Amino acid sequence: MLIFHFPFSPFLEVFHLCPLIFAPNFRNGMISGPVKCLLVAAFSLFSTFIFAQDGQQKEPKKLFDANEVIFGHIMDAHEFHFFSYKGNDGEEHHATIPLPVILYSPRRGFSMFMSSEFHHGKHNYSGYSLLTSEKIVEWKLNPKKYNIGQVVAVKENGEIDAAVKVYDVSLTRNVVQMIIALSLLVWIMLAIAKRYNKGEGVASAPKGVQNLFEPVITFVRDDVAKPNLGNKYEKYLPYLLTIFFFILINNLVGLIPGTANVTGNIAFTMLLALISFIVIMFSSNKHFWKHIFWPPVPHGVKPIFIPVEILGIFTKPFALMIRLFANMLAGHIIILSLVSLIFILGAANKIVGYAVSPFSIAFVVFIYFIEILVAFLQAYIFAMLTAVFIGQAYESEHHEEKMHI
Amino acid sequence: MYLFLLDAVAVAGGAIGAGLGACGAGIGIGQIGKGAVEAIARQPEALNDIRANMILTAALVEGTALFAIVIGFLAIGK
Repeated sequence: MLIFHFPFSPFLEVFHLCPLIFAPNFRNGMISGPVKCLLVAAFSLFSTFIFAQDGQQKEPKKLFDANEVIFGHIMDAHEFHFFSYKGNDGEEHHATIPLPVILYSPRRGFSMFMSSEFHHGKHNYSGYSLLTSEKIVEWKLNPKKYNIGQVVAVKENGEIDAAVKVYDVSLTRNVVQMIIALSLLVWIMLAIAKRYNKGEGVASAPKGVQNLFEPVITFVRDDVAKPNLGNKYEKYLPYLLTIFFFILINNLVGLIPGTANVTGNIAFTMLLALISFIVIMFSSNKHFWKHIFWPPVPHGVKPIFIPVEILGIFTKPFALMIRLFANMLAGHIIILSLVSLIFILGAANKIVGYAVSPFSIAFVVFIYFIEILVAFLQAYIFAMLTAVFIGQAYESEHHEEKMHI
Repeated sequence: MYLFLLDAVAVAGGAIGAGLGACGAGIGIGQIGKGAVEAIARQPEALNDIRANMILTAALVEGTALFAIVIGFLAIGK
């Protein structure tokens, strides 16, 4: 996944533009007011910055557990966790934004409360408990069945009640971040669309934030849609643009430290791949199906060809799903591993820890910039492959037209 | 003891599998890069077409390495 740093021009242009995404339109300042308002509004919904207290005695110093740290960062959680620090009173404090927990169990019905009620797993609330690594060890739970951060039902005496099934439909940090990214995207796109409707940028030169998005939109149209979809490209362009910008904004927002890893979540990519699969299926024609169920090969080879072709329908969206998921997950894991390296070596020997940190930080910055490139690249590849597969689904129709030319 | 050994073998298997997958993808993407650079050197005017096809093929090859990584994770987890 780190292969794509060829200095080719369109990508470099996009690459240079990326800081603008975080401060759109800093030149004329027309947009910066509303951007601020939106960000303030989005974050003030969850603005109770809680400095929760760790009520228990400090345990003997543990060795640094890189696995727990890395998976704590990349997995879904019931809160946005920024940092932990030891206060003057010697207790550990966590800076988090709590999120609502919504639970349903057939016996107890719905319950809804903020995740801060759990006090990071230290307290139980209304018969539910948040699993921590200590609790999994203490209750001798199967670590393959129960994960850290999962909500389970507990009995009156605080023991786990495995008989009660809990369905967790909470607004976890992935969900909340996706909604924030989506509202940001919709807001930017509607603002641009309104300007084009007024005629700005149609006959005249585009202004402000239009400059940022117009090259990307024309890139998707000219380099993704037109070569693969031929004369039908206008029908599929809205879908391709939507999927491109939705993946892109989620990738980029996920790179901000402290945020969740939305595109590195297999449920998210699975849904995107499923939608692409449905679009591919609906744009297929009878030539496509004929090639699958009665391929033009000798009869003896048909029993091998037909199952492979049928499997091929499903492996395409499956590959789309795995590609985006594994790319984003791997990128986050590499960054976190390089940071963890400092602490692993620092736990063994302080001097080595200090000595390795400049190199580690330099590598993290390098990988981080590659991740920004990968964020664009994966959005491009997802849109590109979707366009290629849609094109294949109705390809043979204009195959003969090409032959005449 | 045997249980411990079994876990170690699972972890080693996952890691070796992911490494072998990365080897294959590395060779494949190296070939793609070589081919693309040679083609661009011969025909600089076809840069855009070559680049688009190169990225597409590289993405397809890279997919196999990512499958290997995911399967490696599964081997460690199970």
